[in-house]
Parts: sequence; C-alpha cells; structure tokens
Amino acid sequence: MQNKEWALYEVFIRTRAGLSHRHAGSLHAADDQMALDYARDTYTRRSEGVSLWVVRSDQIVASDPAESAAFFEPAEDKIYRHPTFYEIPDGVENL
Amino acid sequence: MTKDEALLAYTLRLGDNALILGQRLIELVAAGPELEEELANANFALDFIGQARMFYSYAGEIEGKGRCEDDFAFLRDDREFANFLLVEQPNGHFGDVIVRQVLFDSFYGLQLEALTKCKDKRLAEIAVRAGKEICYHLRHTSQWLVRLGDGTAESHARATEALGRLWRYAGEMFAGDEVDIILQSAFDGPDLETIEAQWSLKVAAILDDATLAIPDEKWIIGGGRQGHHSESMGFLVAEMQFLQRAYAGATW
Amino acid sequence: MYTQGLDQQGKPEGKRDAPESAADLEAFQKRIDAEEKIEAKDWMPAAYRRTLVRQISQHAHSEIIGMQPEGNWLTRAPTLKRKAILLAKVQDEAGHGLYLYGAAETLGVSRDQMVADLLSGKAKYSTIFNYPTLTWADIGTIGWLVDGAAIMNQIPLCRCSYGPYARAMVRICKEESFHQRQGFDIMLVLCRGSGEQKAMAQDALDRWWWPSLMMFGPHDSESKHSAKSMAWKIKRFSNDELRQKFVDATVPQAEFLGLKMPDDDLRYDKKSGHYRFGEIDWQEFHDVIAGNGPCNRQRLEQRTRAQDDGAWVREAACAHAAKHAAKAA
Repeated sequence: MQNKEWALYEVFIRTRAGLSHRHAGSLHAADDQMALDYARDTYTRRSEGVSLWVVRSDQIVASDPAESAAFFEPAEDKIYRHPTFYEIPDGVENL
Repeated sequence: MTKDEALLAYTLRLGDNALILGQRLIELVAAGPELEEELANANFALDFIGQARMFYSYAGEIEGKGRCEDDFAFLRDDREFANFLLVEQPNGHFGDVIVRQVLFDSFYGLQLEALTKCKDKRLAEIAVRAGKEICYHLRHTSQWLVRLGDGTAESHARATEALGRLWRYAGEMFAGDEVDIILQSAFDGPDLETIEAQWSLKVAAILDDATLAIPDEKWIIGGGRQGHHSESMGFLVAEMQFLQRAYAGATW
Repeated sequence: MYTQGLDQQGKPEGKRDAPESAADLEAFQKRIDAEEKIEAKDWMPAAYRRTLVRQISQHAHSEIIGMQPEGNWLTRAPTLKRKAILLAKVQDEAGHGLYLYGAAETLGVSRDQMVADLLSGKAKYSTIFNYPTLTWADIGTIGWLVDGAAIMNQIPLCRCSYGPYARAMVRICKEESFHQRQGFDIMLVLCRGSGEQKAMAQDALDRWWWPSLMMFGPHDSESKHSAKSMAWKIKRFSNDELRQKFVDATVPQAEFLGLKMPDDDLRYDKKSGHYRFGEIDWQEFHDVIAGNGPCNRQRLEQRTRAQDDGAWVREAACAHAAKHAAKAA
C-alpha cells in the first residue's frame, strides 16, 4: 500500500483573551483531533495561547495575487472613508 | 511503619514511576513515526521528568536527611527503585508504547485525582498539577490506541499483540500493601478498590472504541514495589546514572 | 540550528525553466529592492523558488538530523534539570524542522518528497551533525559553538525576502535564544569543576572547534550561488564575514572559560580589531559533505529506520480517518 501523506493543516492561535486568532504555522495530521493535539504540542509549548483553531489547508478559500489589482486597488482612492479626509475648523471639539 | 515513613515511601514510588517512564519515553527521541508525534512524545517525557523532580524534592523534605532530587534519581541502586514493572517495560514498537501509556495513564490519572483530596497538602498540590498533564496524555494516547485498533489489519494485530504482552503488568497497580493502607487510613489517600473499578470501566470503554478485546489473562506479575524488577531495568538505571557514578561528587 | 555553508552545494541548474519575461524579472527585483516580502502565491522566478526550496529544506533536514547527536546524551544527562533542559532543546529542534518544512511546503514541494530526498542522500544537511558526541562536554560545546554559529546566520534570515521563511525564522530565533546559553552554562560548570571535568571540556573544544568553523561554508571566492542569493535578499552576509564574526565573538568566551583554542595561528590583530585564525582543512569539509564523515551513514540509517518503523502507524491513522469520514457521511 502506498503510504499516503497526512493532510496539511493551518494553525491559528489566540494568544490571550481579547485578541483575535492569528496564523501561527502549519502541521500534518491524519484527522482533526490529531491536528488539534499536535497544534497544542507544537505551537503552544511556551504558553503562547489560550485557544487554538486548526483547519485543513485545502479548505481555505484564498484570493488570487494575480487579481489583487482588481481586488484591492479600488479601495485606495476612496479616501473619504478615512477620518483624516475631513477638515475640522479650529474651535470645534469632540468630533 | 510510621505515618511519615509511609508518606515518604509513597512519594518516592510516585517519583520512581514518573522518572522511569519518562526515561523510557526519552529513549524514543528521534525515532517517532512522524515529526509531530516527536513533539508530543517530548512533551510527555518532560511532564514525567518534571513530576519526578517534584516528588523527589518533596521526598527529600519528608526524609529530612538533606537528600535532593538527584540523589534519589542517580545514587540509588535499581533494587531501591519502587516503580511498577509496567512503566519500566522496554519500548518495543509504537503499539507497545501506546498500550503501556494507556494502561498506566488511566491508573495514574485516577490516582492523582484521588490524591488531590488527600490530607497531605503538598502531595495534593503536586497531584493537581500533575493531574492536568496526565489528563492530556490520556486523551492523546487513548485516541492513538483507537486509531491503531480500528485502523488497518496490521495495526489491529499489533495493538492486540501489545495488549496481550502488557496486560499481565497492570494488576500490580491495584495490589496495595502497607504503604497504601496507611496512606488511605491516615491521609485519606486513594482507595485502590475504587480505582480498580473505575480503571476497568475506563479501559474497557477505550478498548471498545478501539475494537480491541480485553485479554483473557489471569496471570499478574508484581514485585516492582519490592525492587524485584525486570532484567532490563538494570540497564536503564546503569545508563541513566553513569556520569554521577563515574565522577562521584562532581557538580554538573 | 543551521548555517549557510550548504547553500553552495546545489547542482548546476539542469532543468530549463519556462521563459520568464524581462519585465516580470525586473518587477520582481524591484519588489525585492524595496524590501517588500514575497508571499507564497506571488509570482517568482523559478530559480528563486528552487534556491529557497533547496535552502529551506536543507535547513529543516539539519534540524532533524541535529536531534541525534544531542539525543545521544539524553538518557545519560547527569542531573534531572540538565535532562529536562536538553530534552526541551532537542524538542525545539524537532519543532524547528517542522516549521521549516512547513515554510518550504508553501513553495509547492511536499514534506514526503523532501524527506525522501534526505534519505536518498540527494539533499544535504549541515556537516557538523556528522561528528559523534563522545562525552557530556560535547553537549555543552554543541550548544555553545554550534548554536552560536547558527545564530550568526539565523538572525539575518529573519529579514529574508521570502515571507514564510522569514516568519518561521522569527519564531525559531525567539525559541533558540536559550540554546547557546545552556551550552555555555554546561561548559562553565565543567570548567569550574574537577580537573577531570575541565579536561573533558578542553577535549570537546579541541574536537568541535574546526568543524564549527566549517559550518559557514567555503570561502567567498569559492562560493557558487552567493551573489544571486544576496541580490534576492535570501542571504545578507557572506560566509567569510559571518565566520569572522563568530570567531571574534567566541574567542573571548573561550578565554573566560580558561580553555585554549586548538589553533596555533590564532592571534588578535589590533589594527583591524579582528582575530586572525589558521586555515581550515577543506579536504575534511569536502569529505564530510560527500558522505564520508564519522557519522554520516549512521545518521541517515537512524532516520530511515524511524521512517520505516513508523510506516504502519501513519497508515493506520489514515485508514482510521477514512473509516471515520465514511461513517460520518
């Protein structure tokens, strides 16, 4: 029997309560439980986390860098979405 | 036997189980079936070594003769070690390792849980810390046993064979002696009969998940607590103690 | 732990790449020059990808094989504290191998393939791990010298132009910061110990000093891929620069320990502010790279055995997962 490689998983860690989960790296596992155990054993050896997510890498839907111009550049000229766009006259406070 | 003598002996036994099993797991470093399991195994070994250090340090305090953790680990002969025969069994293949860990961790987890309620405050504190570690070990090793038992025909056969080989060593864990009796009566320590019943249920459930049959084995081998070890134990101890024995009195 | 000594070992590019337009190459170099990070799915020249796969996988292999010489003393560590520290260090090496394989996998090569290349002898790893650890002092020396040499190379790699590699290196450098210190600490205790212990320390230094200098690879003048790696900001310093930095940092530490470096030509050059040292035995370096070091075969045999012994386990886990998935569906 051909030895099949274990699936690749991506690991996300919440470093402490109040923060979002952040990508930490990847690992191989044969099933979800195993992936979670190994994420704990690999990525939280120095108390790096209080919560873990693992997800199979092939389940992630990602944007394509070739389309990044169409995806991200249209936002660049919508500067009115940022507060710095607006001029506040001197003397106006709490705005 | 006085209360303190029993407490000392009991604490040393806990330390010996942890150290010898930790030493066996260390032998597996750089030989794991996959890189991720390498990290898990090292975590388990580190937990056991850490527990041994806590138990030995406390034993030194109970004894009051100035012995430290390293004196207990490196300057006693193998006949003075009182660990179970189960934990000293050579590693064999991955299935042997997993079965050994599941049989022992299921017992040790229950033992520690009972100890968290004992009257000796220090022992109870160590048991709380160690208990969390063992709870995780058992989660990991029992999942592995299920994968092996309910995996391929080969892994099922290997797990069955490992279970058949190691089952005879499990009974020793429930055969209490004077030390256990004093610990229970004087310190509200673990009740081995209760633990045996809980252990049997727990292990039966894991084996059931793993599609493995409970071995039909009535023969129990004991003697670890009296220092009647397996032949392999002498080599484990000799290797472990080499530097301390060869360079007596040196600081490292 | 790793140094760049192996970056030069790649075979001449045999495979012809698909044509790459001058505009694409120029745009890529512009990004690099602007210190932009390249990410996994970004366009990159085939040669950049190949260089990275070779370097990152060699780095990963070095971590994994590097577990063996130190693992050799785990069961014999002289105290429980030393045992725990050494085990944590060897475990870190497994972790670092794992992070690095992960970084290389983002470039489209599988871990299985990389491991197969290691076991077949096609891929290389750092020459230093082909020397045996004969005494406990070797463990101190490895931490002090080998991890010291590795740090010299790994810190600049945190700024490598390839994002996944740079991020893995940040994590690795953070975790490894205790490795060199624990080694120096072992040496310090030995050198302050009995005469026998100090002799043990000196003997270990005598055996490990020259192999440590070889970790930085051939002289710059002999270095094949260096210029390209520098332009791509995969590599930031040359072999000889890093070697000199290492010698300058380490010689005073040996003096502090009261140990003698096994090099009669070693002297401090006031004018340049650097230590001048004798010539490395390059024949030995090339022999070890070619597979003829004291432990090359043993290291690969052990790795192969672990891989083979684990095959039925990995298979069982896959079979179980497949059954489970089938039941859930």
